Amino acid sequence: MTRDQTGPGPMTCPFCGPRDASEFRYGGDPSVARPGPGCSDADWAAYLYLRDSPRGPAREYRVHAQGCGQWLVAERDTVTHLVGTITEATP
Amino acid sequence: MTARKPRYSALALLREGLRGQRGWTPAWHSPEPKRRYDAVIIGGGGHGLSAAYHLAKDHGITNVAVIEKAWLGGGNTGRNTTIIRSNYFNRASQDIYDASVNIYEGLSRELNYNIMFSQRGSIELAHSAAEMEGLRRVVNAMQVSGIESSLLSRDEVLAMVPLLNPSPDCRWPVVGAAIQRRAGVARHDAVAWGYARAADGMGVDIIQSCDVTGFRIEGGRVKAVETSRGVIEAEVFGMAVAGASPELARLAGFQLPLLCVTLQAMVSEPLKPCLHHVVASTPNGAYVSQSDKGELVIGGGLEPVPSFARRGDLRKTAEVIASVVEMFPAFSTLKLMRQWGGTVDTSPDNSPILGPSPVPNLYLNCGWGTGGFKAVPIGGKMLAHLMATGRHHRLSAPFGLERFESGRLIDEAHAGVAHD
Amino acid sequence: MTGPSRIAGGGEPLPFTFAGRRLIGQKGDSIASALLANGIVTVGRSFKYRRPRGILSAGEDEPNAIVDVVLNGVRVPNVRATTQGLEAGMAISPVLGRGAALLTQALSPFIASGFYYKTFLWPHWGLFEPAIRRMAGLGRVDPDSRMVAEPGGNLAADLCVVGGGRSGLLAATKAATSGQRVLLVEQRAELGGSSLWRDGGDSVDLVAAARDAGVTIWTGATAFGAYENGRLGIHRQGAGLADGGSLWAVQAGQVVLATGALERPLLFERNDLPGVMLADAALHYLRRRGVLCGARPVIATNNDSVYPVALVLAKAGAVVTLVDSRAASERSADAAAKGIRVLTGARVARALGRGRVSGVMLTDGTGIDADLLAVSGGWTPTLHLYCQAGGKAVWDDERAILVPAFPVPGISLAGRAAGNWFAPDALPWVWSAAPEIPVAGKSRKTWIDLQNDVTLGDVQLAAQENFTSVEHLKRYTTLGMATDQGKTANLLGAAAMAQATGRSATDLGLTTYRPPYTPVPMAALQGLSRGPLQSPLRRLAAEPAHREMGAALWDYGGLLRPAFYGKDEASIATECLAARQGAVVFDASSLGKVAVMGPKARELLDFLFTGRMSTLQPGRIRYGLTLNEAGVVTDDGVVLCLGPDHFLVSCSSSHVGGFVASAEEWRQTRFGRDGVFIHDRTAHWATMSLSGPKSKPLLAGLGIVETLDDAAFPHMSFVMGRFMGGEARVSRVSFTGERGYEISVPAGLAIPLWQALIGAGAKPCGIEALGVLRAEKGFIYVGQDTDGETMPQDLGFDAPRLKRREGFVGDRALQLPVAGDADRKQLVGLARADGGVIPAGAHLIEGAPRRSIGFVTSSHHSPTLRRGIALALVEGGRARIGQEVTWFDLGQTGRATVTAACAYDPEGSRLNV
Repeated sequence: MTRDQTGPGPMTCPFCGPRDASEFRYGGDPSVARPGPGCSDADWAAYLYLRDSPRGPAREYRVHAQGCGQWLVAERDTVTHLVGTITEATP
Repeated sequence: MTARKPRYSALALLREGLRGQRGWTPAWHSPEPKRRYDAVIIGGGGHGLSAAYHLAKDHGITNVAVIEKAWLGGGNTGRNTTIIRSNYFNRASQDIYDASVNIYEGLSRELNYNIMFSQRGSIELAHSAAEMEGLRRVVNAMQVSGIESSLLSRDEVLAMVPLLNPSPDCRWPVVGAAIQRRAGVARHDAVAWGYARAADGMGVDIIQSCDVTGFRIEGGRVKAVETSRGVIEAEVFGMAVAGASPELARLAGFQLPLLCVTLQAMVSEPLKPCLHHVVASTPNGAYVSQSDKGELVIGGGLEPVPSFARRGDLRKTAEVIASVVEMFPAFSTLKLMRQWGGTVDTSPDNSPILGPSPVPNLYLNCGWGTGGFKAVPIGGKMLAHLMATGRHHRLSAPFGLERFESGRLIDEAHAGVAHD
Repeated sequence: MTGPSRIAGGGEPLPFTFAGRRLIGQKGDSIASALLANGIVTVGRSFKYRRPRGILSAGEDEPNAIVDVVLNGVRVPNVRATTQGLEAGMAISPVLGRGAALLTQALSPFIASGFYYKTFLWPHWGLFEPAIRRMAGLGRVDPDSRMVAEPGGNLAADLCVVGGGRSGLLAATKAATSGQRVLLVEQRAELGGSSLWRDGGDSVDLVAAARDAGVTIWTGATAFGAYENGRLGIHRQGAGLADGGSLWAVQAGQVVLATGALERPLLFERNDLPGVMLADAALHYLRRRGVLCGARPVIATNNDSVYPVALVLAKAGAVVTLVDSRAASERSADAAAKGIRVLTGARVARALGRGRVSGVMLTDGTGIDADLLAVSGGWTPTLHLYCQAGGKAVWDDERAILVPAFPVPGISLAGRAAGNWFAPDALPWVWSAAPEIPVAGKSRKTWIDLQNDVTLGDVQLAAQENFTSVEHLKRYTTLGMATDQGKTANLLGAAAMAQATGRSATDLGLTTYRPPYTPVPMAALQGLSRGPLQSPLRRLAAEPAHREMGAALWDYGGLLRPAFYGKDEASIATECLAARQGAVVFDASSLGKVAVMGPKARELLDFLFTGRMSTLQPGRIRYGLTLNEAGVVTDDGVVLCLGPDHFLVSCSSSHVGGFVASAEEWRQTRFGRDGVFIHDRTAHWATMSLSGPKSKPLLAGLGIVETLDDAAFPHMSFVMGRFMGGEARVSRVSFTGERGYEISVPAGLAIPLWQALIGAGAKPCGIEALGVLRAEKGFIYVGQDTDGETMPQDLGFDAPRLKRREGFVGDRALQLPVAGDADRKQLVGLARADGGVIPAGAHLIEGAPRRSIGFVTSSHHSPTLRRGIALALVEGGRARIGQEVTWFDLGQTGRATVTAACAYDPEGSRLNV
């Protein structure tokens, strides 16, 4: 058996394949949209700070920071940490 | 204040020793929930129990229920690394945390329960001249506010903490430190138990194994909470549910500016006294103290990924241990005995959220991040004040939810490593 | 006196000492077996009452035999004697001596569980705590001892089998035969598990089969934790006491737990007396180590698993009495027929003896002479890893064992861990039984947690005081919190609580199983992350050249850079003056060089910076700030326009990673990957920054660029040139306020460029002098001269908030109420009338009671101005310019005048000198 620096990890990057979860930095909630210039203070605060923080299934930005550097959208359960589909993030 | 409870004392121990411990009574009761209370506090951790105690003691409101999902004190109150300190940068933070330390100093006698607040002093290390300047900024901020804190030279630190690596060439050389001598550690479970016993003694119902499943909101106000043990009505509600705040807020129909993440904690096997102070290192994000039982209590490894898993993580644990051993090379001969994780609510400015929620008669106590334990006495007192009067206490006023709209955050990135 | 003695042996003798006594063990011994072989029964004292304690077990469940060991000058505390191999020369001592044993035992009626919560209240805990602390704790740390580890790593396998007994070997072989990559880990040094000492099948053939099938086998390796996604934490033991071994993270597709089961003790009065031992351990010591633990053993049981033990002990010459709490059975008759004295329907009431077992009193009053009391209260399958992985262990009344409540994907159980223990013979085989909680007898003399001195009485007291949840029980009494983590105590404690509260054991959960299963050496957890390999410092390509010139190299945020050149900090002033009067060079290679290119490059840069970059022409350079969405300044830097769609962002050294991350985030989530590309070239280029009034002629002499004519090559522009055959880019920027040229060449040419500049007469300049020079000019270091609240307007940049207003990161935040507060902290300078230096970190105060109105962010003695200069963030600072303020530093106060941030050459004329 050989030393395997990556191994079949729990997260599969659409660009790099299966990798360890620790390679993927958390990048926030992709459902939050940046409001336009005319928005209210409350809208801006909501955009900046208010989060759903789901307990259980969640969609989240992940950056493959120690890999290809791509921003991804991952389905992940915040209790079990089991990961579902991971796709490329797009504007 | 704890009229219905027999007093604990050396004499009581003697008496009970002589009669085979038969006379001790329950520290608290396990009542069935009533259908209606004047006030209901959700969360039977330190903050919730402290709030119940203060509702009774400060405001004479005793028809109170504390609703706890599992067992009291079982959340972050029973999972943290027990550090109590007030070395913060902003005046608002200094005021509230120092008020907490002040209460802690007399808490054992106030509650008639030894919470073992041990003011061993908390040392924050600097490993470079720049870090030393940063510590000076904080120490001066505290001294200006009249809060005890001082700087230590390298030699002073090494004399106080002889197991630190003294080599100037090691990875984390000791350049100096800041110390708050009044800071220390306490027995975390005892804080919850002491408040629970005292609150119970004043008539508060502590209802364990009772999960809140929903809010009944009528006319924009909370009328009742739906729980696994029935519907419970009240005039006013408070929530102190670190690690579950977003979930509860969702049930009540609003969102909070919180990210729930896991903080790692761990202990070594017990040792004869070898470390007197609480020692923290900012760049390492690691901190260590020795418990009265002799275990080294180590924390750190906060990873900004949403998680409610409350479990230890091997990689983070290894990282934290690696930096602690690097600073204390003799600790390489020790063994890690137990590790776990706790879910903390982190707020954008590392400061708590205290005040009204978007639902008028539901009040918030959340967002303490890694530092909630040190604030248990004051956090509960503030929540009680809000619930009883409907208004902010002077100390809680800066910490309302509205600060996120005005932008007037209380940025405590300066408070150094979050070591609790 | 009889007791344990070695009856078979002959291994290589190993000398060691125990509590100062010189003894001889033999190769293959554990510390525990060596002690037993020498007739030593008492190996330490309990934690709270300092009662004498003997060896209970032969494995990782040992609560009592915890010792400190010194070998070759290295002291290792809290060594578990039952699992640590004996080495020649070990000096072994109990972690707890007698201490004030008489006192603590006399006090014991008064210091039941939780007593400390009820006293020491007055005057305060601090008065009593030191004495309590001295009493507490186990082993001693030696300040000079070190343990080192070997490199560990990550490993992937299709299957990981935990436990190298018969079932583990079978499972591993089967999987490996079908082509899977299988790792088998066994915590003991040998494979075979309990088959090494219990009858019921040899394992030699199974080991051979596993090896033949290609199973990777690690002995001396403990799977101590089950982490996410089937990942196991595995500790491989080192070669000896002071070898920390190695840490492995094993990612396995499937995990089979063949972890066996641990025997439970029985509850009776004085069950903590040395000489009380688990029956399986007695068998283990005899079969594995040749040590007969007693000549006249009483074996007490509630199950069948001790019958084979009794027969083996008797065969070895012991006079065995078997006390079975159950009615007579075929098996008891069989044992009696084989010459064992069997008392059925009998229970032990109390262990007798002073300091060690000399007899047993049964509940019917019968006394039996004995030198060993071997007990078996049933067995508990080892489900720790299953529970850590998210499972839940529940009590199975029928089989009287713990079983998994539900399956956990990826984890299966085998052998005794799965509740399977096949009968060793044809007779009915009942190998476990429910714990019996004695109702008569002294509950305060009936131990449950031996190390932490938690008695049955303590559990009953906890129930009486309503600490009835198992977690409260654990925390109130400390049950299960000792170094053995309650392996023998937890289930008995839960059962005792169930009985005390009138619940059935089935209702009662167990406390959360937390990793590690057995304590893991911190050295192994540290692994190679030690010394310079821990958070390795980044280094400059020209570091050897700096060293050659006598640079003091300091750690600046993880980057090792020259602080100053010379033997002490006095050179800083010299370097400052050289920059103002001649020409200096400092190594600016770590400054960011992040390329932003493509048709949308201008659009992205306009969004990232508070100022517009889209109007920048090729060859030109512009200064800018970046913000976060809260409007707080995150960095400052300059942008070079290399071509119409090609820019280079030079951010500050410590913010390169942050800038690139932020730029990529916006690129990928807002602008799209196609229109713009970001490439961090920081490490590709070495940059030397030449500064000072004499820099122009000095640079001219090197011929890197064709012309240095100021009209063609003005400040904030750059030209391309050549250096040693490589491309060179020369920018006119200034960090010092003097005329400056920043020369960038491929990183491989860092040293030649440095040497060329020094050779041409430039003096070296370190980061410390640069810090003074830029502070004189009021140039900020973001993060030092700004904090988590600083917005552009606080630094004097009003345009983003008042003019540009939108279209950049953080734009809307600059319009929030907070952005217009009158008491915002603004960047200003400070000057003392006496020219002295105000310490950096000092605060500015006003009012009574005093309050802070700001703080000094940078402060130096300026060799050029010959006075102290300081930058500070002060509430409404700009309006205070010209006013006097009071500063405060560690109790000292003084007065200073608020000035503009720039203290030197405010007109900027030096740029073109």
